[in-house]
Amino acid sequence: MNPLLWMRRSLAVSTLRRGMWDDNPIYRQILGICSTLAVTNLLLNTLVMDVGLIVATALSSATVSALRHYTPKSVRMMAQVLIIAAYVILIDLMIKAYLPDISEALGPYVGLIITNCIIMGRAEAFAAKNGPWLSFLDGLGCGIGYSAILLIIAFFRELLGFGSLFGYPVLPADMTRWTIMVMPPGAFFMLALVIWFFRAVVPTRAQ
Amino acid sequence: MVETGAFTIFVASIFINNILLANFLGMCSFLAVSKEIKTASGLGMAVIFVMTLTSGLNYLVYQWLLIPTGLEYLQYIAFIVVIAATVQLVEMIIGKVSPVLYYALGIFLPLITVNCAILGVSLFMVIRQYSFLQSLAYGAGSGVGWCLAILAMAGLRQKMKRSRVHPALEGPGITVLIAGVMALAFIGFSGMVAM
Repeated sequence: MNPLLWMRRSLAVSTLRRGMWDDNPIYRQILGICSTLAVTNLLLNTLVMDVGLIVATALSSATVSALRHYTPKSVRMMAQVLIIAAYVILIDLMIKAYLPDISEALGPYVGLIITNCIIMGRAEAFAAKNGPWLSFLDGLGCGIGYSAILLIIAFFRELLGFGSLFGYPVLPADMTRWTIMVMPPGAFFMLALVIWFFRAVVPTRAQ
Repeated sequence: MVETGAFTIFVASIFINNILLANFLGMCSFLAVSKEIKTASGLGMAVIFVMTLTSGLNYLVYQWLLIPTGLEYLQYIAFIVVIAATVQLVEMIIGKVSPVLYYALGIFLPLITVNCAILGVSLFMVIRQYSFLQSLAYGAGSGVGWCLAILAMAGLRQKMKRSRVHPALEGPGITVLIAGVMALAFIGFSGMVAM
């Protein structure tokens, strides 16, 4: 194989991997917690939110990176916010059109992807310095890493709180439901446990 | 939509629907800035101020600009621009009028632009179809609620400095855990005001 091609591929792979595992937005960077917790009491809502977030992060990272030489330093933040907002509006309209019920349940949280700190964080930390393709992968990796954790939290919250997965009942009906899991404190507790678990398991990357 | 009094909304958004503990908004700066009571109170004040102002302004923008022109789907961009402009303006005005306050709040103001709680308040306001007065009350109440939560957390974290926490749980982990306990405590307030 052409060594140059191989190197580029491995760079791409390592960029993806870093966002998903080593520098995972939730348990390592603690970014974007805001909109995470509100939607994670049902797996289906979480999944829709995740897909929206991955698309928004990847595309806005790529766009920010493609425009990085043309954006004046002084209005950089504003430009980034506008780029992100444009993608989020598209996603919001899509969800409203095709999944009206879920759009209703997600409420303002789709719009709040705009101020989700991961997207801004990746745009600022990575996309402002790297090419569009790598930035796209970085956004994708971070988005997937973020989503995976959300799905883990949602899995336990829905299983223990409603006794169902994706709306299908799986636990016996006479088992007592953990109502606390559906309520806000449950989200905080699950998140804390997830952070604890992953920080203990995943070793800190050697600098 | 039942017409609820502005004062009811104000109290409810502090205790029952606390923007941080029930709606999880503004977590990022909450986790980052809750180490010291002094900085936490500075940020809290700035949030109260900007939240009240932007919820009123965004109400006007939505009702008088976006609805007549049929551009409701642009609300995200409009709100973000209003918030960014307000923060910038507030920064300039405070700098001119009260340098003391400026030095106290100065560094926190830019942080607020990307605080999701501010945008969240404006979006909730639209979804719940509040009137102008209700929006103002909701903005102010949410700001006070957020400030209350971050102050409580900063106080706890200052006390906690000397306690030994498992290394993997230290920092954000334990903070989120405490926030969970606080959220649990705030559930006790529900039913205090009839919504």
